[in-house]
Amino acid sequence: MRSTKNKHTIPGFGLSMGITLAILGLVVIIPLCSLVIYSAQLSFHDFIATITRPRVLASYQVSFLTAFIASLINTVTGVVLAWVLVRYEFPWKRFLDGIIELPFALPTAVAGIALTHLTVSNGWVGSFFGKFGIEVAYTRLGIIIALIFIGIPFVVRSVQPVLEKTDAEYEAAAELMGADRRQIFFRVILPELMPSIIAGFTMAFARCLGEYGSVVFIAGNTPYETEITPLLIMSELQEFDYASATSIALVMLFTAFVILFINAAVQSRASKIISGIE
Amino acid sequence: MNQEKQVTKWVLIIFSTVFLAIMLLLPLFYVIITAFREGWSAFTAAITNEDAAASIRLTLIVTLITVAVNTFFGIFASWVITKYRFFGKKVLSALIDLPLTVSPIIAGLIYVLTFGRNSILYPILDAWGIHIIFAVPGIVLATIFVTFPFISRELIPVLTAVGNDEEEAAAMMGAGFFRIFRSITFPHIKWAFLYGIVLCAARAMGEFGAVSVLSGHLRGKTNTMPLHIEVTYQAFDFTGAFAMSSILVVMALIILVLRNVLEYRGKKENG
Amino acid sequence: MKSRFLTAGLTLTLVLGTLTGCGSSASAAASEGASGSSAAVSEGASGSSVSAAASGEASGSASLEGTTVELTNVSYDPTRELYAAYNELFADYWQEQKGQTVEITQSHGGSGKQALEVANGLEADVVTLALEGDVDAVKNAGLIEEGYTSEFDLDSSPYTSTIVFLVRKDNPKNIQDWDDLTREDVGVITPNPKTSGGARWNYLAAWYYFEKQGLSEDQIKEQLKALFQNVVVLDSGARGSTTSFVENGQGDVLIAWENEAFLSLEENPDDYEIVVPSVSILCQPTVAVVDEVVDKRGTREVAEEYLSYLYSDDAQKLEAEWYYRPTNENILSDYEYAETSNTITEIPEDGKWIITNVELTDISHFNGWTEATEKHFADGGVFDEIYEE
Repeated sequence: MRSTKNKHTIPGFGLSMGITLAILGLVVIIPLCSLVIYSAQLSFHDFIATITRPRVLASYQVSFLTAFIASLINTVTGVVLAWVLVRYEFPWKRFLDGIIELPFALPTAVAGIALTHLTVSNGWVGSFFGKFGIEVAYTRLGIIIALIFIGIPFVVRSVQPVLEKTDAEYEAAAELMGADRRQIFFRVILPELMPSIIAGFTMAFARCLGEYGSVVFIAGNTPYETEITPLLIMSELQEFDYASATSIALVMLFTAFVILFINAAVQSRASKIISGIE
Repeated sequence: MNQEKQVTKWVLIIFSTVFLAIMLLLPLFYVIITAFREGWSAFTAAITNEDAAASIRLTLIVTLITVAVNTFFGIFASWVITKYRFFGKKVLSALIDLPLTVSPIIAGLIYVLTFGRNSILYPILDAWGIHIIFAVPGIVLATIFVTFPFISRELIPVLTAVGNDEEEAAAMMGAGFFRIFRSITFPHIKWAFLYGIVLCAARAMGEFGAVSVLSGHLRGKTNTMPLHIEVTYQAFDFTGAFAMSSILVVMALIILVLRNVLEYRGKKENG
Repeated sequence: MKSRFLTAGLTLTLVLGTLTGCGSSASAAASEGASGSSAAVSEGASGSSVSAAASGEASGSASLEGTTVELTNVSYDPTRELYAAYNELFADYWQEQKGQTVEITQSHGGSGKQALEVANGLEADVVTLALEGDVDAVKNAGLIEEGYTSEFDLDSSPYTSTIVFLVRKDNPKNIQDWDDLTREDVGVITPNPKTSGGARWNYLAAWYYFEKQGLSEDQIKEQLKALFQNVVVLDSGARGSTTSFVENGQGDVLIAWENEAFLSLEENPDDYEIVVPSVSILCQPTVAVVDEVVDKRGTREVAEEYLSYLYSDDAQKLEAEWYYRPTNENILSDYEYAETSNTITEIPEDGKWIITNVELTDISHFNGWTEATEKHFADGGVFDEIYEE
């Protein structure tokens, strides 16, 4: 009782903590535990053997590579989009701002179907690329396209609020001191935005890594070429091989943890720096 | 100098517009065009048949419950994380964010493992006649999972930025939890809160992967709109599938526009 | 401190309570079953449920009059159209026989996934899956009693199908038989045998063809490797493959269920042709009553009748009309293709579509599904070998 009194001046700790833990436990912790329990059915040796089968390794590679490229593209365009939406005025600005979240609302399967139809060799976009001998659908390029679609909102929405808060006065000051515009952007603005860019990137990356619905349509699903890890989990399940499915799922879950952890580390360092300045 | 600025401005604006037009609007446009490929009557027939109507109803119910639960949770979770200092806070906030990075397939799988027939919980739940997976509660749970942090993530930064001084002062003066929340905290977070709800609702409506793992695809019973779209698509009824999709798109557009209008008003009010 | 945990506990109870509430309302019919009253009697969307409560204890057919019973049929992808039609036929028949209204809920998806869901607690009264191996999975979970294959005639497969090729109009790549699929200039569409029941039949049919050519096992693997190297899109389900081939224009040949191929031809009469290869496999989709569920819900009688009526003349005709091969020889011969050619360029006007000029092997040639799955499709099996570099 003593300690709580000192720490928590504001009332309601017990209540809010209780509610938070109860829902968190029911929705997240208990189900995740059952995943761990199930994969524990395998011995450690089998577990390692399962998650390092050549086909599984190839799927990690496909998943990581495509998710990384897609998130990278989304990071660049996301910063540009955030910049445009915050700093400039133009007639259709609010419309653009409004549609950023659409990829959340459109079922991923629909996105996948629509993108596939557009990018197959006789589709609207695919026939254009076909002229240059580039195939989009059923290749890794197709997967990247689908993942870009899925990941659009993350970086934009993460950078936007920070950009809104950073003062244009800094830049004005830097400009007065003779810095050119490129210098201003890379020396003044970008460092300020960095934590939020990383936050957006990691979230987009994690989301892309786990994406299933849209990718299965556009990927072609050829083993070693365009087979992603979530699809492999599905196919293990289809074979009633729970132990393998949960083992691979556990690897992905662990990756998700690591991604979150990296993000958290970056954010807490950044906030320390900022509060140090203040 | 100014002219150069103008050039950069328009180059960036055009780049952004073209990017969004190709990556976002083109697929949407395609969906809507295909929906009307066979004319208006085919469109209305596709969305008014019994199964379609049931799926729309189910999606609305699931979205409502999800938003309610996540709002409730989001408020308390962000409150706990920003207003108090305690051991394990970082772990707690990481756990709250975790669902965002978990593959929807895994999200579905964990509920199947927890509540499925092989689980130790199953005999108990079955004896009570409770069905969680392959029934509506499972769909709700999975949707809550995938949208879990949406509201708290919006609230936490705002609450951190505002600080605790006002609340502490109020607490000193003897105000209770609900009073403090209602009259001091809530006005600060109103817009972030609204934004979180919008996001949560949008994502809840469109969730496919997790729900598809544990819905059982019972026609007219456990098919949400995204699943109904899948079913119609697989039945070679492309018009029907895209008609339903376009409804989802329109529903999402409505919430997003609503959010924009409200946010705009909020900014006006504040500034 | 104490109060904090009290609150936590209270909240947990609250949440559980809410979920319980949801759970029981969503599965009202089933929960009533557990408490021993009128299990299968639903409250039905049709609103004709007022007199339903009476039927609970009734086992005699007379008192079923005017009541409603619900049945859930969990099936695989391509049977959507068939069961949509059959459910109406059966509902009329049951109404006539027993005076009871039967409402059938369908679920379709990949056969393996569907089996998995039933094994995990999806309440299906009957399963009508693509292959015995999948029904076995439900049996192994303890839901279906041993010996279900002899519960109904002909290994509990009321209708069969086979694997054929769907090619583009006029067969520009001149695809006639399985060995054409290994030619370098041919693009093949088939689903993934790991995730699709239909694809397992495809794979085994191809295997049998090369085996019949007198090739050794290693040579067969070489041929299959060449075949799968030609695969452009390896979708996760049969319907996905059909879409890739028909809607997205991928590949030159779709290896498909006969019934899928005919449906595609019917939808797009001017774009495709069906080629029946010289050998193929007799696909026996298997049906079974899910014992645990029907006993709990008290729906055994209607569930069993639902499946055995699939063998009736009316149902067999319906199956033939949806391009499944009826097992009733007489009805099968009514639908036999009149020409000798192995290519069908348009759906015969007289509705006689079944090409019998094809040598069909069956799963017993591969020593049953357990062994076939173990050898070919399990992790590290032959199919994995084919894709290894």
